[in-house]
This record gives sequence, C-alpha cells and structure tokens, in this order.
Amino acid sequence: MSIIVFVEDWNNQFKKASFEAVSYAKSWAELAGTTVTAVTSSGAADPAALAAFGADRILTTTLAATPFGMAQQLATITNGSAGMVIAGTSLGRSIAPALAALSGGALSTNTTDTPSSVSPVTVERGAFSSKGIETIELIGGLPMVSFVPNSVGIQERAGEGLVENLDATGTDLLRITEQSIASGKVALPEAEVVVSAGRGLKGPEHWGMIEELASVLGAATACSKPVSDIGWRPHSEHVGQTGIQVNPNLYIAIGISGAIQHLAGVSASKTIVVVNTDAEAPFFKAADYGIVGDAFEVVPQLVNAMRAFKAGQ
Amino acid sequence: MNLLVCISHVPDTTAKINFDAAGTALDATGVQFVINPYDEFSLTKALHLKEAHGGTITVLNVGGPETEPTLRKALAIGADQAIRINATPTDAITVAKELKNHIAANAYDLILCGQESIDYNGQQVPAMLAALLSLPFVNACVDLAIDGSAATATGEIDGGHSTYAGALPMVIGGKKGLVEEKDLRIPNMRGIMTARSKPLQVLEATENDAATRAAKFVKPAAKSAVKLVDSVDELVHLLHNEAKAI
Repeated sequence: MSIIVFVEDWNNQFKKASFEAVSYAKSWAELAGTTVTAVTSSGAADPAALAAFGADRILTTTLAATPFGMAQQLATITNGSAGMVIAGTSLGRSIAPALAALSGGALSTNTTDTPSSVSPVTVERGAFSSKGIETIELIGGLPMVSFVPNSVGIQERAGEGLVENLDATGTDLLRITEQSIASGKVALPEAEVVVSAGRGLKGPEHWGMIEELASVLGAATACSKPVSDIGWRPHSEHVGQTGIQVNPNLYIAIGISGAIQHLAGVSASKTIVVVNTDAEAPFFKAADYGIVGDAFEVVPQLVNAMRAFKAGQ
Repeated sequence: MNLLVCISHVPDTTAKINFDAAGTALDATGVQFVINPYDEFSLTKALHLKEAHGGTITVLNVGGPETEPTLRKALAIGADQAIRINATPTDAITVAKELKNHIAANAYDLILCGQESIDYNGQQVPAMLAALLSLPFVNACVDLAIDGSAATATGEIDGGHSTYAGALPMVIGGKKGLVEEKDLRIPNMRGIMTARSKPLQVLEATENDAATRAAKFVKPAAKSAVKLVDSVDELVHLLHNEAKAI
C-alpha cells in the first residue's frame, strides 16, 4: 500500500521537479502512514539520490519511449498501491491521464498542495484559468495527483533507498522521429526566474537588454501574446492562456499591460514585478512590486543593479 | 477523411467567475459561454484538413441543452454535423468514457481535441480518451500532417519539441501552432444560416461513475496592493530581503 511516484529524468539526470515529486509522495505517505516507492529509468545516473527526499524503494526499469507506453508500465505496479504522484511537467501531463484511464480515473491535475486528508484523498487545484481554487476529492480507483512544479517545494527527509530492478512492459503506439531541446537556454516551464517583455519594447531589435537581464539572473525569456503573434518572438516564448503556463519564484514583466489571458499564465508565480510606463496598466493589480517607468531607462539600470548584487553574493 | 472534433463549452476568458452559494459549482448567471479556445485551434485545423483531403467534420460535445449554441457556432464556422451527448460533464473520466463509447462505435480517422479546457484546466480528457481506445496520442500538438493512413505530429515538450509518426486513427490535444490565431474563422451570415439546417443529434448518456468530486470552489485571496518603488536598487533590496526571490 505504498505511494508510488514516477521520477522523470532528462539525459539521465533528475530534474528539480523530480525531487519535488518524491518530496510530495513523502508528505502524502506520512499522512497515510505508509512508504514511498519511486519508479525511474534504469538509465538514471544516480537513482539512490532519491532516498534523501524520502524514497524507500527505488525501482529502475527500461522505460518505453512514449507517455502511453510508460503509463502502461506504471499500471503494472500501481495495483493495490495507496496513491500515485507525477510531476506536472510536459511528460507528466501526458502520462498521468493515460495511467488514470487505466486505473479508474481519480486524477487531480494542476494540483497546488499536498493532501489535507487521505479518506478520501483531498487536494486543492487551480481551475477557471486561476480565477478559482477547487478542493477535489479522489473517490474512485487509484488516487492520483499531478502537481504544478514549484508549487509544493523540495524537502529533504530520508527514506530507506533500496534500489531494485523492475521488469515492466509497455507498448509505444507512436515512433519518435525527432526531438529538439534548445540548448544553452533555461527552459521556460522549468525556470525559477522568468524575464518577460511585451509590446512596450516597440520592436524585436530591443530584446538584447531583456536577454542580458535574463542572463544575469539565470532566467528564461518570455513574451506576451501580441509579441509572438506579430513575430517579434517565437511562439514557444508566449506565456499566457493558449501559450505556456509558468510557475517561477520570480516573474519580471516589462512593457506588458497585463491582459487577462496573460495573467492566466503567470498567476502561479510566487513574486511578480511589473515595469510599465502606464501607471494604470492592469498588470500592476496582479503585481507584488512595480516600477512606473520607461523600460529603456529601467531595464539597463536593473541589469547593472542585478549584476552588482550577484557579484556581491 | 472522417474527422471528429471534441468541443467544450466554457466561460469566456474575460468572464467574471463566481461560485454558487454552496460553493460547489460555477454560478453561470450572466456568464458568456464560448467554444473552448484550444478546441477552436483544433476545429480550424480540421477545416484545413477537410479542404486539403476532403471528408466530413463532426463536432461532439458532452453537455446539457445549454451547450447547443456552442455546437451551432462550430457548425456555422464550417463543421458538417454535430452530436451532443446529453450529460452533465461531472469529471474527466466520465467525459472520456462517453466520448470513447461513441468513437468506438463509429469509424473516425482523426480525433481532434484541444489540449485543455479553460474552465477546469484538467488537461486530462484527450489522453484518457486515447488510452481508453488504445489509440496514439500527441499532446500540446503544434503541427500535424496527414499522409494517407499515417500522420506526423509535433508536440511541445519542456524547452523544445518532439515529433511523432504513427498510424491513423490518432487523438490530438491541439493548441495554438496547429493553426495560427489569424487562421481562426468568425462565422459569417451564410454560415449562421446554413448551421440552422445542419444535423445536431442528441445521444443519451451511458456513463455515470465519476471518480472525483468537486467538494468546494473558492476564489483566490485578493492580492495585496502592489508596492511601487522608485529605484532599481530598492527593488533589488526588496526582492532579496523581503520576497526572498533572488
């Protein structure tokens, strides 16, 4: 009756959200009075590292290539377990519903906290594009949670950490013909700091200072919808409803007015800073800190101030 | 091609969201409903595919009679026929099973959904549907090409893209990129007129076993007022010492 957690790796390294997933499973297991069983790729460089976050058993297996195949593999071991945790990364968001369909369908996605009860399993999740918070009870089949990365945090609590091999088969219904990840850049959905800019920048030639600020902060760059629609920036940087939803510790919005569609994609950010010439811009209502000022003056100053701050750390 | 587009009927993006007195459901009073924006990209892609390959577009929705104007709008945009499965969509698995029961009994070449609906933001139904039918599925799909009985589809993954090849039928969770914003179509008068005479079939529901229960909805706590600062140095100081964000 363990809590099972799927632990994702990329190029054999665990992601930050992977450690958060094990921490989540540990919190759930403590409430339920049970153990944590982590399942990960046999290619993962250091499976034993998961013990520090609470994994008691660590099962390594040769993972299928596609989310459906992985869901089938997980379904072979979840039978009789107390619950299942999957981080809400892009891979997790494809695996979790497929596994849920094979195990009863009691899945909460977009979850933002650990269970408050286990009879039935009860969690909170974001709904209505962040305009509502739903308390949901998982009442039928295997209780499953997919959480928003960076919403519950990583906690170090030791587990037994026994590593074993697992034979589990899954069928891939698709063939991967090409996979590309932008190298040397911070991936937007996983970024801890995001520097985002909008039409206030007046043209794509002015993004140099945004990229410089992002580089100083180790941040990902993003943009508003109008900016991606007119082709100043790639679609992959569009944050908001119908774009990417982000959940960083710090979101810095420069020259973005804050349309409701944009806010739907950023409201999970822990701290929001807005720089805008228009003191009436709606984004200020959603912000923690604001500077009313011209991006072309403020951003270069901010680059220098952040660089000095980072140098002093 | 026999194309199916699954449609959700959702509150407009700009709608003010309120919950009923018991706090267990949306208060729909005064709320404008629309085709789920993600589904609209998929519907438009279906129109492009029909124009290129020929065929029929069916739009399918699980919902009560109040969702029919949304189906009529999809017909006005260019779908050929509509089906409403008469049920209150209680949770994702119930909806996915209703869709599965219909699809399993009909020969569709391609099932296009939106990646998620903007009401419950579950991003569950398309992947569940594909798993229930054992059909290939591509989520966050931004590119799709059909070649005979095979398809190539590209989906967004964290920080990049993944391209898949597989046999039809296939389930797609679409989003912007599948078609562009400028490709979306607004119904014209002729479309609205012909939509009235296109078939809208109502099927009775067969599933009623929800696996989740919405116990309560609340609105997020109001954000405290923004702190306006005069200098970047003050901002850096606050971000470090107060917000602990850097």
